[in-house]
Amino acid sequence: MSLFKIDAEKHRHLADEFRKNPVGIHSPALQKILNVFRGSAMAGKYVLICVKPHQEWRLAQLGQERGDPLILKDQSFHSIEEAEWEIFKIRWQHYTGESLQ
Amino acid sequence: MNAESKDYGKRIVGYSDEISVRPGQDISFMVSSEDNADYQASFVRIIHGDCSPDGPGLKLEKLTTKTDGRYTGQRQECLGGSFIVVPNSEAIGGLDSFTVQAMIWPTTPDKGCQSIISHWNGNKRTGFSLGIDSLGAVCLRIGDSNGKVHEVSSGKPLVAREWYFVSGTFDQKTGSATVLQEPQASFALTDDSGNNSATISGTMGDDTGPILIGASYVEKLGTRIRASEHYNGKVDGPALISGVLSRSEMERLRSRNLPDNLKRNLIAHWDFGLGIKETVVYDTSPNKLNGTLVNMPTRGMKGYNWSGKEMNWANAPGEYGAIHFHDDDVYDAGWDIDFTLTVPSDWKSGLYAAHVQVGEHNDYMPFVVRANSSATSVAKAVFLVPTASYMSYANEHLPTDAPLAQLLTGQVPVLDQEDIFLLQNRNYGGSQYDTHSDGSGVSYSSRLRPILNMRPNYQSWLGGYGSSLWQFNADTHIIDWLEAKGFECDCITDEDLHYEGVAALEGYDVLLTGSHPEYWSDPMWKGLDAFKERGGRLMYLGANGWYWNVAYHDTAPGIMEVRRGEDGIRAWAAEPGEYYNSFTGEYGGLWRRKGKPPQMMAGTGFSAQGFDISSYFRKLPDSENERATFIFEGVNDEIIGDFGLIGGGAAGLELDRADRLLGTPPNCLVLASSENHSDIYLVVCEEILINYPGITGQENELVRADMVFYETPAGGAVFSASSIAWAGSLSHNNYSNNVSQITENVLRRFLDPTLFETD
Repeated sequence: MSLFKIDAEKHRHLADEFRKNPVGIHSPALQKILNVFRGSAMAGKYVLICVKPHQEWRLAQLGQERGDPLILKDQSFHSIEEAEWEIFKIRWQHYTGESLQ
Repeated sequence: MNAESKDYGKRIVGYSDEISVRPGQDISFMVSSEDNADYQASFVRIIHGDCSPDGPGLKLEKLTTKTDGRYTGQRQECLGGSFIVVPNSEAIGGLDSFTVQAMIWPTTPDKGCQSIISHWNGNKRTGFSLGIDSLGAVCLRIGDSNGKVHEVSSGKPLVAREWYFVSGTFDQKTGSATVLQEPQASFALTDDSGNNSATISGTMGDDTGPILIGASYVEKLGTRIRASEHYNGKVDGPALISGVLSRSEMERLRSRNLPDNLKRNLIAHWDFGLGIKETVVYDTSPNKLNGTLVNMPTRGMKGYNWSGKEMNWANAPGEYGAIHFHDDDVYDAGWDIDFTLTVPSDWKSGLYAAHVQVGEHNDYMPFVVRANSSATSVAKAVFLVPTASYMSYANEHLPTDAPLAQLLTGQVPVLDQEDIFLLQNRNYGGSQYDTHSDGSGVSYSSRLRPILNMRPNYQSWLGGYGSSLWQFNADTHIIDWLEAKGFECDCITDEDLHYEGVAALEGYDVLLTGSHPEYWSDPMWKGLDAFKERGGRLMYLGANGWYWNVAYHDTAPGIMEVRRGEDGIRAWAAEPGEYYNSFTGEYGGLWRRKGKPPQMMAGTGFSAQGFDISSYFRKLPDSENERATFIFEGVNDEIIGDFGLIGGGAAGLELDRADRLLGTPPNCLVLASSENHSDIYLVVCEEILINYPGITGQENELVRADMVFYETPAGGAVFSASSIAWAGSLSHNNYSNNVSQITENVLRRFLDPTLFETD
């Protein structure tokens, strides 16, 4: 679990970098933020459900304990990039208290 | 399961009794239709399991057989949880006053009621059970003849993963019941020692069922036993004796030094240090109340008296007298057979599957059909289907269990129906990458249960950006390419190679591997070595091969063991002193730690991994060597494989490199190396002695795949692509690309019997 502290103001430009290229080679500064987001504990962690392969994905959260049912969310996506960006925004708000909208 | 989540899960699943069959042989399928709905069964030949719109698409050739048809669906339960069953006998019958005792190392004392050793009828609620109660304390439970249940508890919660001496006694004449809980280690401010007694009115109720160790009996379910109150943890030296022993007499019993006047009272005293390789547990008393393992709890485990002087259980079985039970162990699901196929004589060797469908839900149960006879087969090439590796990854749960999963992939995981089913059906057992519910690693993996991530269509969180395929489904990229190119190539499995050795390769000149042949038993290794020694040619079309040593069981088919020993990329770590395989007695763990790095087999070995995007290879000066001319016929590009379905490149996921000091032959040509991997890629931990910054893909030179070629002394040769993603690039541009061309050039030359020059 990363100890890195995200500063909404100082790091906001890294959100743009992520949005342009959510999967792939990132700057070290963005990678530190992603390590915080992706390395969080499992309870409530965001995952995607495949609704139609290569076409549609739905947002979900893991339950509190191992084996608990998924918590299905309403958002669906038609590209992985779109889904990654939505989850990035949710996590940004969680860690900084500020919205990226 | 909430209604919505259920809608995304699977409603029909199944498995087969065999993984590899020849034409004319029978293979049976066991199916659970979760809603008891009738289903349709048919068969397909699997050519390409990748449904990505960026590739050639799904190719499942529909077949017609006499077995096709509509079948009555029934839900079949996977009864997870291991225990030992000891059949009832005269020696147990009429038991009234008794002492039961054991050494225990509980791993989840706070999970609720657990039975350590019981002669209990869960329906009638009669008999006894020495176990752990809802307080986490040792408890003796007596069910009297009126169905009334009495419990006496130590009242002191156990500390997890510490050894205790525990006992329970019952005196029918006085009604006195006692329980004792004695920690073997003491800690300040920790009160975990206790004893208690109670007086029970009435007599203990009869029980004609078996004794269970590690659970309590509920009922027979066909040939299976439904048990409950599964215990997590180790048990060592359990014993049952008639009469009530004093504490000092219990000590004599524990040390197997009973005075003569008590010896005749002994009912059973099991020694789990005997027959560690077997599925039988031995009672050393004259009654010989031997038991049988159910769902394969882990053997070869350190006992309470492990001294640390000996690491190999075979040299000190008396110190390895423990068995570790898990409430989610699964060996043979033991379902009723739904249908049986006699493999038609005209089926060519390849990958096949039984397809079962109910409404929109379906499942595929893959199997391999071998050639009628490899010696007379038209095919001179054989694809070794890495079933050992499929078994190791069987029903893996990391994206829903492990916090590091999203860090490894640099992506949010996508869960398929199969993942959702496994998330909520932990009784289907885990993979050797998972931990049991008590946090201990899964050492044993069985194929006699539905393996839901070994399916065409299945996408894996580990498979990189794009098609996201891993293991079985990723290997269909190779099957599809062979088919598209018109190569005759048979299939055999790891199990065939394990059981038959090099004889399984008789008649073949070229062996092609899958994309990730990671798990190898000693007979498999020796079989392939012998193939190479006689001039056989090896095409290693993947990476991270020949990594872990595994063991198959001598008498229990379809189950495989790994010990995550002292090194390597490990999802969990074996306990110190538990590195030796229980199935064979071999030192387990990495082949590299056994003096056989993968470089000795393929010229390259595991060097780095990452699971986001893939990269490409750049040719090196060795590619200009005339010995390699045939490999690059028609390939003038300096950059190779900057395209593909797996992460967008031919160099990705796991990467192998050449290293003379690890066994790469001195005549090996390093033709090309990959570069520019993301920082999700890291050097493997066995390369890191003193840890240091800069071990990721953008910085470290060990984060690379080396494409290599070398000749063997017998005039054979080895070509290694050294990247798991390689196979995902074969179909690019309608199979016309430099990865496909190189692979084709190598295969054509390797099929040419002309010996390679060795002088």
